[in-house]
Parts: sequence; C-alpha cells; structure tokens
Amino acid sequence: MSTVLAFQLQTWNFFFRELVSGLAVGSLYALIALGYTMVYGVLKLLNFAHGDVYMVGAYIGFFVLNALGSPLSPVMPIVPLILLAFAASMVGCGLLGVVVERFAYRPLRNAPRIAPLISAIGVSFFLQQTAVLLWSPNPRSYDTFSLHPGSSGIGELFHTAFTIGNFSIQYVQLVVILSTIALMIGLSLFVWKTRTGKAMRAVSFDAEASSMMGIDVDRVITVTFLIGSALAGAAGVMTGLIYQQLNPYMGFGAGLKAFTAAVVGGIGNIGGAVLGGLLIGLTETFTVGYLSSQFSDLILYSILVVFMLFRSTGIRGAPVLQKV
Amino acid sequence: MSTESPSQQPATSPQIGVDEWVQRSGERIAGPGGLLRLADRTPPVLLLAAFIGIACAVPLLTSNGYVIGVDADTLLYVLLAIGLNVAVGWAGILDLGYVVFYGFAAYLFAELSSAHYDIHWATWQTVPLVVAATVLLGFVLALPSRRLNGDYLAIVMLFFLQMFNNFTTNGYAWNWLGLSGSHDVTGGPTGVTNIDPFRIFGHVMGPGPRDYVFVTAAGIFVVAILFHYVNRSRTGRAWRALREDPLAAEMMGIPVKWLSLLAVAVGAGVAGFAGSVNGAYYQGVFPDTFMFPLLITVYAMVILGGAGSLGGVVFGAVVVNVLLEILRTPDHARWVFYAAMILGLLAKLRPWRLLGALVAGVAVFGVVAHEIVGAVWARGVGGPIATGPTSFTTHGFWATLIRHWMVLPKNTYTAEDYRIGNYAFVIVIVLVLACTALKGWKRWALLVPTIWGACFVWETVLIEQNPVVRPLFLGVILIVLMATRPAGLFGKTRVEIV
Repeated sequence: MSTVLAFQLQTWNFFFRELVSGLAVGSLYALIALGYTMVYGVLKLLNFAHGDVYMVGAYIGFFVLNALGSPLSPVMPIVPLILLAFAASMVGCGLLGVVVERFAYRPLRNAPRIAPLISAIGVSFFLQQTAVLLWSPNPRSYDTFSLHPGSSGIGELFHTAFTIGNFSIQYVQLVVILSTIALMIGLSLFVWKTRTGKAMRAVSFDAEASSMMGIDVDRVITVTFLIGSALAGAAGVMTGLIYQQLNPYMGFGAGLKAFTAAVVGGIGNIGGAVLGGLLIGLTETFTVGYLSSQFSDLILYSILVVFMLFRSTGIRGAPVLQKV
Repeated sequence: MSTESPSQQPATSPQIGVDEWVQRSGERIAGPGGLLRLADRTPPVLLLAAFIGIACAVPLLTSNGYVIGVDADTLLYVLLAIGLNVAVGWAGILDLGYVVFYGFAAYLFAELSSAHYDIHWATWQTVPLVVAATVLLGFVLALPSRRLNGDYLAIVMLFFLQMFNNFTTNGYAWNWLGLSGSHDVTGGPTGVTNIDPFRIFGHVMGPGPRDYVFVTAAGIFVVAILFHYVNRSRTGRAWRALREDPLAAEMMGIPVKWLSLLAVAVGAGVAGFAGSVNGAYYQGVFPDTFMFPLLITVYAMVILGGAGSLGGVVFGAVVVNVLLEILRTPDHARWVFYAAMILGLLAKLRPWRLLGALVAGVAVFGVVAHEIVGAVWARGVGGPIATGPTSFTTHGFWATLIRHWMVLPKNTYTAEDYRIGNYAFVIVIVLVLACTALKGWKRWALLVPTIWGACFVWETVLIEQNPVVRPLFLGVILIVLMATRPAGLFGKTRVEIV
C-alpha cells in the first residue's frame, strides 16, 4: 500500500489529473454553494432542500439527453443538445425552487427560526423520496454515451482537448470549468449591475429597512430562489456529464459540502462561495487520491468540521457582529 | 384578523394597541380545551403510570410475537424521543448528530458482549460503561457549540453523522489511515451479530421482544420521572432561557456554553441506554440502521408531539411508530389512508353542508371519471384492486364501490403502466399546492379532483410501494406541521420576540 502511495506521490501526471478533476468538482460545489449563499443572504435560512433540487436537475438533464439524443444516434448536433439539456434543467430547477419557497418557506416568515430549517429538512427528504418513487432508487447512468468514444455522439465530450506532456485534459472538464466561470460572471453582473441585483443586496443587508424603502421583499426572495436553483440545475447536468452516474441520494452529500463551501467562503459572499467550492473540491479529490478512498468521507468531514470551527465567518467574510 | 376568534370583538372596530397577541390573551389564560385540558390537569405521574401499564400489559395479554415486537420497538423510539427532546425541545439546540450516540452505544455494547472481540462482559458492567462512554462522546461532539450556534452547529453535528456512517460501513478494514495493519473494527456492511442478550440477576432476557418490553419500560419510567424534575429544576429553567434567547440568558449570568454541552450530553446518555437495549434486543447492529432516515424518524416524532413537552413527545413517538408499522402492510395501509383523509376533512371543513357537498362531489366526480375513461380507453378500467382479502378485492360491497368509483388501469403493476401513476402523483402534488394557494369557493371546487386524484394515486402506485411511502409520510409530517402548527400537538405555542 505505502509503496503504491510513494509511487503516486512521485508521479506528476497523477497530481495534475487530480488537480484538474478537483477543479471540475470544485466548480460543481461552487455552483451549488452560490444557491446556498444567496438564500442565506436574503432569508438567513439554511435551505436544506437545495441539494435535492440539484439532484432533480441532474435527472432532468438525463431525461432530455435520453429523449433527444439516444446514446448512439442523437437527433441533433452535440453542442445544441448539451445546451438544451442545460436550459431545460435550469428552467425546471428554477421553477422547483420557487415552488418550494412559496409553499414551504413563505408561510413560516414569522415563525421561530428553527421552524423553516425543519421544514427544509422535510422538503429535502420529500424530494429525495419522490425521486425514489418516480425514478427508482437504482442509479441511472449517462455512461452509455462514453462507451463509444469513436461515435459522433456525446462520446466526443470525453475526447482529449489537449495534452501537456503525458497529461491530458478532457473536453468535459473544460466545459464544466469554463461554464462555471461564465455563469459566475453572469451572476456577478446581475447582482452588481441590475436594479433587481441591487434590491437583492439591500434585502440581504437589512430586509426590514429595504421593505420600508419600497422594495418588494417577497419578489426579491422569489428571484433569489429562481436563480440559485437554476444554478443548482446547471450543476446537476454537469455532474451527470463528469461522473455519468445519478441516484436519488446524490443531493444530500453534495448539499452538505456545498453549504460548507458557502460558509468557508463567507456566507452571503458570491466570490467567496466560488473560492470555498474550489477549495473543498480540491480537498476532496486529493483526499480520495492520496489518503484513502474508503475513509474519504471521514477525513473530508473532519476537515470540514475544522473549517467550520475556525473559519465560520469565511475567508473573505467580515466578522459578524451580533446586534441586539 | 381571524373572524372566529372567541373573544367576541366586533371585527369592524379595531382597537388601538390591540394586536392579535393581545386580543387572544383571554384564550391563553383559559388554556386549551377538551382533551388537551384533560391531559394538562391529570397529574403527570398518573399519565406515566397509565402509559407504562398499557405498554407492559401488551405482552401479558397477547402471545402474538409481531404485536409484542411492535410494542418493544415503539418503547425504544419513545426512549429515543425523550432523549432528543432535551437538546431540541428544552435547550433549543438542533442536535442533528443524535443518531450517532444511539449508534455508538449499540456498537460499543455489541463489541463488549459478542464474539467479535471475544469479550463477554456481564450486563451490569456493560450498560453503565456504555452509557458513561456515550455521555462522554456527547460532551465531545457538542464542543463545537462553544464556537458555533444555530444552523452552523446543526450542520456540524450532521457532519459527525456522516463520519460515523462512513466509519461503520467501511470499518472492517480500519488501518488508522495507513499507519497500521488493516483490522476489523465494526464488521462493515454486515455489522456485528450474535450479541449476548441482557442477563439481569442470572435471568437471561429474550430471545424475542417480550423481556425487552419490560426493560425499556423500566428505563422510560426512570428517565421520565428524572426528566420531569430536571425540567422544573434550576437547570431546566436555564435550558428554557437558553432556548428563548441565548444572548439574554448569557447576560443574566447563565453559563450558556456549559448548558449546551450538558443538554447534548444528557440526551446522549438516554440514547446510550437505548443503544444498549437495541444491541441486546435485535442481537445485531448494522451500519444502515443509524443513518439519516432514522434521524428524520425521531425528529418527526419529537416535532409531531410537540418539542419541549415530555408527554407530547411520548405521544408523538407512539403515533408515528404505530402508523409507520401499519403502513408496512398494504392491506392495513389502505384503511389508514382513507381514515386519515376523512379525519382531516372532518377536522378542517366546518359548515357541515360544505362537507356534504364535497363528499357528494367526490363521489359524482369519481363515477363520471370512471364512465368517461371506460368509454374512451377500455383498458383504463377494470384492472385488479391492489391488495386485501378476496372479499375485498374481487367481490363484495367495498370492491363494487371502488370498481365503480375509481379508474383502475389494467396491468397497473407492470413497469410501463407505472408511468400513469407517476404522472398522476406529480399532478396531485400540484393540485394540493394549488388548493393551499387558492381561497374561497375555488379551493373547495379544486378539492374535489384533488381528493379523487389522491385516491387514484394511492390505489395505483403508493399502496404497493411501502418502502417509499413510509419516508414520504415522515417528510410530509415535517412540512405540514411546520406550516400549520410549529409547536406540535401538545407543545406550548411560542412567540419569538425580535
């Protein structure tokens, strides 16, 4: 075992592969973490169901790809097909997020703080079990696409984009990292340049004061859920493309890690969430690669506990002062 | 605000300085009515004695092993719910790591009294040791509460649950992360089996649930009396202060951090005892038991009964576990489903003529739908009724009734026809949500297809799917309770002052 470890340590190839896949996984966590951080910003609510919205997104993408481009004979070229899957998943998840907010969280605006959190846990469990009911608990795979890398279908995604020395990057990893960057830039523009984005920042700063200033707080919250959940939907499709495996339980662990990413980056802070996501993605990949794959969860969550304990205000977040 | 408020204020003249809270003060002073008041007035000791008496009478009255088993399981859940209530109900800490304590205790008991390490300690040695170790673990895992609170603390506790699950599932090859040789700690996915039963004063308990009913009931008796006095003690009052406002409590000189640790650790102690009983009773511990679904189950119990109320929590545990047990057999589950629907309507629909109109509407809607579907798509009707005795599913009054009222596609339970039920399931969820959003006559009109649709989904999909229906039911309990009655059935309604 230890000789293998030493061998791996010496291999830069392995390191680079881990680095890139860590960045790709980190991008996924970053996208999910954005939803957590935005919702926590405006509502001070840990939206536990967010991870399961992401799971639903992965399934929507799966069904779109399966319906329009059955593995070996897609009815349309690959780029529009993937874009379509992204669009369908983002719209579906956005709507799902809005519905969840409207029916599970809005009635609890003035309830004790523990109530929405418990409701969120209930929604999460409900979505998970609904997925088990509708789509069976067995994992589905996007895997059939990559079985035939020579075909003109989606297998193309898994071709090598370019190589550096012995080391190669796949198209799918590039797609994931680049589209995360694009979505992030879009989100930043939205938050900093539009009126709604400004309203969102105001609500996140002080909801009561901004409602007195004539901001429709409920509308801002709806928009926040719409955008956050749409980003989770995009992350779901990307997960399908990278891992090629979905199951109804995938949202739980990813949600926990992404929430930690949001906290580590400073809750309410968009750039911080991305940074936290990348950090946790890299930590996870290197843990699995170098330390232990069997006990990766044990190690990773211990690291996350330490993160939470010592950086609960985040890398970039300002220390929070409690007002009375 | 509410037109039916009992304080007889004319709704047209709002008084200055009188909001809903002030307006309903009379109602609060009078206290709850009916059964709730009866429960409030009866001395708690009597209630406890009655509960223990009924629980212990079951194995004496029946020899049906299944019923006694359910009784023992329920008592174990009651114990768990009482333990969780300390942190969640009294101290207001969302202890999402609670199942870790239960699992840790079960595993520790298993390893100290089985062939796994070939240790066979006596019960009077293991149980106190396990409880003490679990309390210690409670103190350790609650340490993050010194730096974190609220949601962050809850999520860190959930991390501990994930770590525990990872460790127990893969613990058959524990090698200190590569520092030593591989060695079997937890038995991995197959767990630890052949655990010694309890031996008390030379009497070997079990096998079978009968003796463990008495053990668990004795445990509940002791713990409940202890907690009844703890709740009224200085510590109990301090916990409640901590729950209502940690900052103000700290200002008053209450040692908030110590009390948080204590609340989690005391709860862990109860889970420690329950875990030992679990190990001895089932004679095996498995990693799949101590996972997130169990956590949700115990939370649903505590919250349904009313977090913070000892009696309520016990009630919640009994109701939830018995219902989950009934849902296991499709034949009984059907009765639960229709009874729940009728009870819900009886409780919520007030003018009786409205209820009558609704029932008539649902009946007519069903018959019409049956006729239309039969005319358009013959295969859509005349399928088999899912389960039950033949007098129920093939002929007889109920079968005729369902046949003429419900649309039952043929081959309902083959894979391709599941889709109909799945689409219907999604549509029914949308209808239910729409019903909660609409007001007035539109809501009542929409309720008709919603009820019929729910029955359709029930008859075609859910009745055969109890492994999914049971957790779905728990999720629904949490969501619906939070939206309608966050304090639970027996909890005191709290007002959060901001």
